[in-house]
Amino acid sequence: MKPKHIIGIVVVVGALAYLIFGGLGRNLVYFYTPSECLQNQATCQSRQVRLGGLVKAGTVNYDKDTLDLRFVVTDGVSEFPVQAKGTPPALFGENRGVVVEGRFQEGTFVSTNLLVKHSEGYQAPKEGYTPEQIRKLIEEAK
Amino acid sequence: MSQSKRMDILTLASLSLGLLTLGIGAFLAFTAPPATEQGHVYRIIFLHVPSAWVGMVSLFVAVAYSILYLARGKAHYDRMATAVIEVALLFLSLTLISGMLWGRPTWGVYWTWEPRLTTFAILLVVYIGYFVVRSAIEDPELRAKASAAISILGAINVPITYMSVKWWRSLHQTQTFDLTTGRSNFDPAMLPALLVNILALSLLFLAFVRIRGLLAERESAKQELSPQAG
Repeated sequence: MKPKHIIGIVVVVGALAYLIFGGLGRNLVYFYTPSECLQNQATCQSRQVRLGGLVKAGTVNYDKDTLDLRFVVTDGVSEFPVQAKGTPPALFGENRGVVVEGRFQEGTFVSTNLLVKHSEGYQAPKEGYTPEQIRKLIEEAK
Repeated sequence: MSQSKRMDILTLASLSLGLLTLGIGAFLAFTAPPATEQGHVYRIIFLHVPSAWVGMVSLFVAVAYSILYLARGKAHYDRMATAVIEVALLFLSLTLISGMLWGRPTWGVYWTWEPRLTTFAILLVVYIGYFVVRSAIEDPELRAKASAAISILGAINVPITYMSVKWWRSLHQTQTFDLTTGRSNFDPAMLPALLVNILALSLLFLAFVRIRGLLAERESAKQELSPQAG
């Protein structure tokens, strides 16, 4: 084997080891839910973590001048106030999924990175519903 | 000089039909209705999903060729497995790039170490390793056997990557077309664009693999004629 082949194999094996033991091992639990953070304060509240949940409706407060973003992340049971800085992604909004990276400071989650988790659904906008269609939709939803 | 094999009718037909279908697919992708949640940016799906599906499924085709090689020992199967994996790597790179370009405007980041992205990165590295191992082994028979083993074992990661969004908490959304439950969440008005693009990339995949297989065949024929020149 030539040296370049040995280097190549070392690079590939090293990359795999890094991905499996570093990347995957640490991220099998990619984010904690607010309920988990409430229960395991030791693991969640004392270090850098990801917190995931839904943006609670009516809690979003964004200051366009200072770029301060405040909202509440919830999983329906527990919730935490979140403080972030900067313009969020366009898909950020109430009742939408969000994953924030950062750590707790005095009960508030201070986010250094805000990610939006969107749904797997792709639907065209519906225009001009007839009353019959709306009734049908309501009946189907039951 | 011996009569070298030429591109056959199937290769040429799938190449030209694939390019034509790709054009139609692009037209449909841009005329499909926008999505309620994402607006126009969702159109990346018409490249991201077809390249991912064709690339991932083809890795099982490579497994079939690898098993055939191990069973029959014909160099042709080894060449075809390599051709399939080479083109698959191209398609999966397209999946990676289109996914990153899609992630930035929707999630907010090009990349994050979440389960789907991490398992996919491992998949890519394994198949890059396939070519590193091939280039490192000089004995053709040993090379073919080793790469067949990597191809067969590496494909285990395909279902793991597919299921990663269900097995673990991820940023990547779950499958829009869920093969395990048969459910889908995709507007029928958007479906033609997706299906035509899947057909286009499948045809192009077939053409690329056949061309790559032909090239590999000519290369090995040439090496047999003048071994010292290889």
